Amino acid sequence: MSSKSLAANAETQVRSEPTAKKSFDDSTLIRMTKYTGIRLVTMAITVTIGVYLTILIANMGGYVDTIMRNEIRDNTTQSILANPSFRTLSTEAKQRLIQEKITSEENRLGLNQPFAVRSLGYLTNALTLNLGRAMQMTSDQGSKEVRLILLERLPATLLLTGTSELFLFFVSVFVALALSRKYGGWFDKFTIALSPTSAAPPWFYGIFLILIFAAVLRVLPFGGLVDVPPPDNKIDYALSVLKHLILPAASVIIASIFLSIYTWRTFFLIFSSEDYVEVAKAKGLTPRDVEQRYILRPTLPTIITSFALLAITLWTGFTLTETIFLWPGLGITIYRAIGLYDTPVIVGSTIIYAYLLAITVLLLDFIYALVDPRVKIGGGGSK
Amino acid sequence: MNALKHTFRDLIRYPSAVLGLLIIVGLLIVAVYALVTIPYDEAVRLWRGGEDVWYLNPKYAAPSWVNFFSLKKAPVSFVVNTADGTMSKTVTPSNEDISTTDIKYSFDYQYDTFPQEMILYYTATFKDKLPFASVLWTTPDGRKIKIANMAVDRRTTYRFSQDPKLPKTLKSNDVMEGLFADPKAETPTPVKGIYTLEIIGTTFESGSTLDAQYVSHGELYGMAGTDKYRRDLMLPLLYGTPIALAFGLLAAIGTAVLTMSIAAIGTWHGGWVDGLIQRITEINLVLPFLAILIMVGTFYSRSIWLMLGVTIVLGIFGATIKTYRAVFLQSKESSYIEAARAYGASNSRIIFNYLIPRMIPLLIPALVSSVAAFVFLEASLAVLGLGDPVLPTWGKVINDAFTDGALYQGRYYWVLQPAMLLMLTGLGFAMLGFALDRVFNPKLRDM
Repeated sequence: MSSKSLAANAETQVRSEPTAKKSFDDSTLIRMTKYTGIRLVTMAITVTIGVYLTILIANMGGYVDTIMRNEIRDNTTQSILANPSFRTLSTEAKQRLIQEKITSEENRLGLNQPFAVRSLGYLTNALTLNLGRAMQMTSDQGSKEVRLILLERLPATLLLTGTSELFLFFVSVFVALALSRKYGGWFDKFTIALSPTSAAPPWFYGIFLILIFAAVLRVLPFGGLVDVPPPDNKIDYALSVLKHLILPAASVIIASIFLSIYTWRTFFLIFSSEDYVEVAKAKGLTPRDVEQRYILRPTLPTIITSFALLAITLWTGFTLTETIFLWPGLGITIYRAIGLYDTPVIVGSTIIYAYLLAITVLLLDFIYALVDPRVKIGGGGSK
Repeated sequence: MNALKHTFRDLIRYPSAVLGLLIIVGLLIVAVYALVTIPYDEAVRLWRGGEDVWYLNPKYAAPSWVNFFSLKKAPVSFVVNTADGTMSKTVTPSNEDISTTDIKYSFDYQYDTFPQEMILYYTATFKDKLPFASVLWTTPDGRKIKIANMAVDRRTTYRFSQDPKLPKTLKSNDVMEGLFADPKAETPTPVKGIYTLEIIGTTFESGSTLDAQYVSHGELYGMAGTDKYRRDLMLPLLYGTPIALAFGLLAAIGTAVLTMSIAAIGTWHGGWVDGLIQRITEINLVLPFLAILIMVGTFYSRSIWLMLGVTIVLGIFGATIKTYRAVFLQSKESSYIEAARAYGASNSRIIFNYLIPRMIPLLIPALVSSVAAFVFLEASLAVLGLGDPVLPTWGKVINDAFTDGALYQGRYYWVLQPAMLLMLTGLGFAMLGFALDRVFNPKLRDM
């Protein structure tokens, strides 16, 4: 969705030129500090509210507590009534035992405190990146630490998102640049004609790829990360992972490559029809120079923004694609955590995403100032 | 109106727009047809129905069009009934009270494999004396086989494969092979030609009747096939159309109109209103969209309308609000707005009568394209198991198929049919949206 607005962004950036030439009197340093301070504070508030909202939703405003209490009551009652060693106890003693167990279990999960207090506790823990312990989930190693659960899944997610998104980004930018050089050719028309295919999400193409390559041709696996049992040899292991990676990565790439190329192509075309590019061409500069200095340079901020935003999305993983391909990544983990009402895991992954987003947005402001001389930090039209 | 005509003329110059429009119109016709022929309550009842509703259908039957593409023709299921006249019934009274009911059905069997099962459902009316029925089977090569003799209660079900005596009569462990196979052939192959099933019934009271329903469960069924629960997939394929279109259109229009109005109000008033909207947008960007939808689905309710509401609310403050804001900031300074202000137009008049209409060309292509995205979002939720629990939707069929390992088992039709419809819907709206983008943004036209 964000790439669709690229062209519009580019236009507004060009037009906002005059606003940057405001007062040069006040010292740049003070201005920068003030600006950074304000940015930091708004960012912090944004992240805090966002994370608190997620905590509230992830707890259904406290209703998850009731669900969990009922679950604890059921499980404890049943386990004690079914335990043969307690059979000799009187009904009263059994009841007392059940109550004790329930209380201790509720204390373990922190359910003895009111939700309002606990939610603030969650918030401080989350903001200080003290992710705590999961309620139900465990990592494959058997740990209940949220940090470990998420870290364990991170490599699989990064492998999938990293390969596919990086491939997608670089291939589409370079192909788009090549297409914008001689637009109107058959490959150009082909890309435009195919760009509506990006309306479908990756999992949708995943279904077709599974059908063709796994079900009919039987050349690639249906899903998973490695063969079962996993090969002992490191090289074989890597090859097996690679084999399992092909289909999910391909489905992500197919789902957006044409639209991505089309968007970038149009974006570059808008810039290459600017007057200053015509002037450069008239001066007799080589096409290579024109491209590098007059087309790529002014579009750099947009390219960087979209790359940075892409880098953040790598973290969230593709829930649906991971589900279809049974890829043990973060997306599927969060989905399972929600199914288990495991708030710490949900909040843990949200806070990391929120922090990454905030840091990226802040960094982008500075990178803009570096690559785009027109954008003077704090100078006028901050959008 | 003239402008509309002009736009339309521009639009149909693009083949993709024409194709997209045709697809959308086709889907709308299907949607209307589905809503008219199957009332909402009926659709829900059928979709939620178990064996009691769908007992006449075979399990996991592929659609009958499969035969067009395969060399080995598989038998298609059918149901015939004396009650509606699809199976002939002649009653000849012989004695005062005794009469003979002759029920007969002949069919041409031109398939290369055997049916899964054949069942007879009898219904009889009588006071004390049960009617009696004997079943005869005639093969194309002229063999006559006595299947069974039985007394018929008010409701009697006779399953050919579950009759313990039948394998002995047929000298074959597999009843269907015994009934259809050529006894001389080495490997069991069905004899092609006319088969006749005859039920000779005798009723022993005046006013006593005997009716029968003959069900043959082949390997194929209808135009869409059936699933694990014997449900006819035509129901979700047909009824999924209005649901998908309703979800996609409502979400797209709701999000677009609200986003635009809020962006316009914020930009026009400026100050804290604008600031607040900006901050809400930033907070919303931090929130994980899909995770929240999953949470709402898991914790609260999986109703499609709740999902629609949450989608719209989360969608309003999305990244597009910033794009709209940038454009509004420019048009806010235009001279016609200046003029409106000068003659004393109210704020709401300026926003809704002057600012927003100017934006509609920018809005429409994005709106049309986003319908596709929302249709897929609904399917995505269903694939995660968060589809509406009562409604038959395309995504739900894909989800059912996936949980049942349909691709692994080779039941491709189960996944392919809803997927094709989704693809068609997505492509239709996306192609139209793309063409509209070119019509409304002349800058893109010659690029």
